[in-house]
Amino acid sequence: MSAGLLQVEQLERTFGGLRAVDGASFAVRPGEVHGLIGPNGAGKTTVINLVSGLLAPTGGEIVLEGRPIHGLPPHDIAGRGVARTFQNIRLFPELTARDNVLVGQHRRRRPSLAARMLLLRSAREEERQAGERAAALLTQVGLSERVAERARNLSYGEQRRVEIARALASEPRLLLLDEPTAGMNPVEVQAVAALIRQVASGGRSVLLVEHNVRLVMDVCHRITVLNFGRVIAEGTPAEVSRDPAVIAAYLGNPK
Amino acid sequence: MEWLQETYATYQSTLAYIGLNGLLALSVYTTLSCGQLALGNAGFAAIGAYAATLLTMKAGAPFGLSLLLGALLPALVAVPLGLPVFRIRGVFLAIATIGFGEVVRIGLVNWEYVNGAQGIVAIPQKASVGLVWICLAGALFVLSRIRGSKWGFALEAIREDEPAARTMGIHTARYKLAMLVLGAALAGLAGGLEAHFTFMVAPNGFSFGRVVDMLVFAVVGGAGAFYGPAIGAAFLTLLPEVLREVSPHLGIEPGPLRMLVNGLVLLAVILFLPQGLVSLPAWWRERLASRRSA
Repeated sequence: MSAGLLQVEQLERTFGGLRAVDGASFAVRPGEVHGLIGPNGAGKTTVINLVSGLLAPTGGEIVLEGRPIHGLPPHDIAGRGVARTFQNIRLFPELTARDNVLVGQHRRRRPSLAARMLLLRSAREEERQAGERAAALLTQVGLSERVAERARNLSYGEQRRVEIARALASEPRLLLLDEPTAGMNPVEVQAVAALIRQVASGGRSVLLVEHNVRLVMDVCHRITVLNFGRVIAEGTPAEVSRDPAVIAAYLGNPK
Repeated sequence: MEWLQETYATYQSTLAYIGLNGLLALSVYTTLSCGQLALGNAGFAAIGAYAATLLTMKAGAPFGLSLLLGALLPALVAVPLGLPVFRIRGVFLAIATIGFGEVVRIGLVNWEYVNGAQGIVAIPQKASVGLVWICLAGALFVLSRIRGSKWGFALEAIREDEPAARTMGIHTARYKLAMLVLGAALAGLAGGLEAHFTFMVAPNGFSFGRVVDMLVFAVVGGAGAFYGPAIGAAFLTLLPEVLREVSPHLGIEPGPLRMLVNGLVLLAVILFLPQGLVSLPAWWRERLASRRSA
């Protein structure tokens, strides 16, 4: 287990009698866009929740840069360079787009409270820089006009893009995207595809859960296919799309 | 000049209570600002009041030191209380912390050294109105500096969506505990000041009703802004004074009238101004704008 940035080994998570993830293993390499696909209920979002620490696995291992992270609380995992978005958007609705991204910078920002209490200029300077970084990230996702808008007033597609900006704000080594283009129009999907490529070209890894097959084929270097919590195929987009097990899982077995 | 002195003498107690209630309302606000309904503050205020009183009267400590330790002790108590109770949330957290407050009160009732239910009287009056207001100003300053800092954003994130905040790397348990400790210190400070202003402390001054008052101050004033609870406290502390003047003309006793109006104010705020009195200007602007466009 050397090449992987993220190494998932025999991962297992049960909910009562349901085995949502059932012994899945895969690895995400540095700088790779890794697709995680499968029919509804295959366990994709559960895997994201396990890697980000919102759920604890009932078995198996999750190793990030050689160190096990399974069972750690989410804030520790975030501190090790994992950021995520949510399938059911979870922005902070009453905060502005900019302030959402500022929250995303939490781990990167220097503490400024003592300096603020003493009314020092260094605190204001740090806040100005953080604000500028937030604005720059929102510009990067094409929302420079919406910086001061409350998250709840943004359109669906805009909210998804703020979530991506918020996740990027922590400068993660591994970005977990859970259906980032759901509900987006084709133009917005293209913009997200470009953004994902840009993130990966900067040396970061992306684990992408997505139903838009064209996007997955387009941006992923490698793909893991899940069905009933098990890995049924893995490989390049071309290999996976030819795999009979994958075709059977999506379309049913030919008689 | 004489008139001014007379007025001050008459309303000195009201002015002090605007400040004391402001501090207590802010002590509830600290945890509300990160979405936690913790209601142990009557207990914290009691610990602060008794600690400061005993230090002044039994140990002969200087007043400043008594006040400081009266704020510090409840803050220390908040740590072992907060560690387990923040595992629960919502109404269960409220119940558990109310339970803490009641334990403190009943403990004091049964503690003979401090005269049980009768409490301690003849405490030297060392707290002035000015000092109370300086403490309130200090508390408002601290809270205003938290807002907009990395800390402040973490608190808002926890209030809005705690699991999402955790995935941003925010150690939510630590922030919630810090705000409980800060609230406990503010309540303890208010308790110590009150004891040295009214010459007396007694356990029944720190009953469940007291923490409900604090919460009502915060809700009526508005818990969305750090200064809202202080405004709510000022408004609801002044209201009985106004009613006392009005009640003879209405032919209603001041006591029942106060209860009635307090209840109506609370109901009206919850129904029509859920963001509290501090949202009144914005609400008014909106109304004007919509009338103009109509």
